[in-house]
Amino acid sequence: METKNFKRVLVWELPVRIFHWVNVLTIIALTITGFIIANPPAILSNMEATDLHTFGIVRFIHFSSAYIFFFNMLMRIYWAFVGNQFASWRAFWPFSKKMWNNVWHVLKIDILLMNEEKEDLSNISIGHNSVAAFSYIALFMLALIQVFTGFALYADMSAWGLPKLFYWVIPLFGSEFMVRTIHHITMWGFILFSMAHIYLVFYHDWLEGRGEVSSMFGGYKFVRRKRIKTKRKIEKEGKIIIVEEELDE
Amino acid sequence: MSTNSENKKTYYENIIKQGYSRRDFMKFTTYMAAFMGLESTMAGQIAQSLEKTPRMPVIWEHYQECTCCSESFIRSDHPIVADIILDKISLDYTLTLMAASGHQAEAAKQETMKKYHGEYILCVEGSVPMGDDGNYCCIAGKTAKEALLEAAEGAKAIIAWGSCATNGCVQAAKPNPTGATPIHKIIKNKPIIRVPGCPPIGEVMAGVIVHVVAFGRLPELDRLGRPKAFYAKRVHDSCYRRPYFDAGLFAETFDDQNAKDGYCLYKVGCKGPMTYNSCGTIKWNNGVSYPIQSGHGCIGCSEDGFWDHGPFYERMTKVPGIETEKTADDIGKVAAGVLAGGIAAHAIAANVSKRKELMQRINRGKSNEQNIDS
Repeated sequence: METKNFKRVLVWELPVRIFHWVNVLTIIALTITGFIIANPPAILSNMEATDLHTFGIVRFIHFSSAYIFFFNMLMRIYWAFVGNQFASWRAFWPFSKKMWNNVWHVLKIDILLMNEEKEDLSNISIGHNSVAAFSYIALFMLALIQVFTGFALYADMSAWGLPKLFYWVIPLFGSEFMVRTIHHITMWGFILFSMAHIYLVFYHDWLEGRGEVSSMFGGYKFVRRKRIKTKRKIEKEGKIIIVEEELDE
Repeated sequence: MSTNSENKKTYYENIIKQGYSRRDFMKFTTYMAAFMGLESTMAGQIAQSLEKTPRMPVIWEHYQECTCCSESFIRSDHPIVADIILDKISLDYTLTLMAASGHQAEAAKQETMKKYHGEYILCVEGSVPMGDDGNYCCIAGKTAKEALLEAAEGAKAIIAWGSCATNGCVQAAKPNPTGATPIHKIIKNKPIIRVPGCPPIGEVMAGVIVHVVAFGRLPELDRLGRPKAFYAKRVHDSCYRRPYFDAGLFAETFDDQNAKDGYCLYKVGCKGPMTYNSCGTIKWNNGVSYPIQSGHGCIGCSEDGFWDHGPFYERMTKVPGIETEKTADDIGKVAAGVLAGGIAAHAIAANVSKRKELMQRINRGKSNEQNIDS
């Protein structure tokens, strides 16, 4: 039995990978410090309050991570307009027929675990599959909620104009009580997303063997050779012409 | 009750007539300038203005409320405020303090509304019940809603005193049986100063009135319509226990050593970090103390819907729309557990369902391993 032939394709460009891992680190930092801020642990200390700044440090980490998270997000939005086809906003555009067809495929094969009689390679996504793309749209919405509620709560502590841009969120909900509650609930959305996301990455790596996990480190995924057009120069009647041909396995 | 002859006198004349010395008057204006957060030179301007300005007619309405705002006001730390602004001079109509009663009182109100149409200040204490045609609160044969609309029509501006008038306070807490509604949701076409608190600090109330009187316009308001001079900061940001918060030193219960040491009350439910008020700076009872200084967390009485945002003595995030005291964390933990179970089941099912494909790939990989050449 012959092994299938694969070609290495650069799917995730460097800015996408940097975005991903900065996002991971800031979300972890924000979640942990967020939990501590919501319910601080009891610490015992003989020191005077003036010599201690533990809670202040926790809050500092939370606020500075929030800024990094926010600017990282802006960078990714920019990259959605200049990056490759897998990073493009088009990969997340939910209104194309192709996207919805792929949703059905993913639901049948990956979620309901049905088996295909005959494999159709075009169904296998190279970048995000459509369901994953939807989950990133959802995550982006969660991130926006966190940015708006977070900066709104932070606005009064800041001398900078940027957080103050979000201050109108507080009057919208009447008081900070509700805004804080929304901020707290949304954090759980990130936790649930991360669990499902990590599992599905392992799932695809294990069942498809295309380097799903390592792609977010090196940027490469493995794509069946059949799907990649190869250009070949041939001489015909004294002229050199370029012919595209599909390769067999 | 004021009479027409008194109406023409200035504030200063009335203050002197009341038996205060000029020295008292100057002290009063200085206090007020300080409370309002103005420069020291502005004290002179306030004094001048009070000397020249004839009294401004005021109608003070009471609807669904407990009169704690009036109580707070007449106990503000300088007696001139109560004596001059409230007791003697300004008020043409107030249920609690006027001498007249019955038809006489209503007649005086009607007269003021007619005579000073477009000039008087309408102070409102209490929320307006809108349920059942407003029949839950009737005064002199009129519902609160009718009385408010009538009085607001000719008002120059409206001051909404206290949490009842600004947010609805306890009577608007779920399920709000009377349909208690704050003033700004009923009156849309008049400038409204919202002065929340249950009650607001007396000096804050005095400061707002003196500002309107002395400068002839409303104080600078924030987006929620609250005077910035008094509601720009969280109680938390001006709290003397703030260093304990930054240090991470918290009282765990009200009777532990930490509480005795005066540690931060954050974990026993202090709402100071979400509450905008001047309690930490102006304080209460002539600047003697305020709730946190007395060892009790802030309950957030000047914030919208503070009754409905979870318990006073716990720092927890109540999920809106769920009546039981279920926190976001409880629900989150359950959801995470269910998801983890689902993931485990899916992982097992995936390996069973796709075993053929997997085994083929494993075998191909193994055969390649056998054939490694170099």
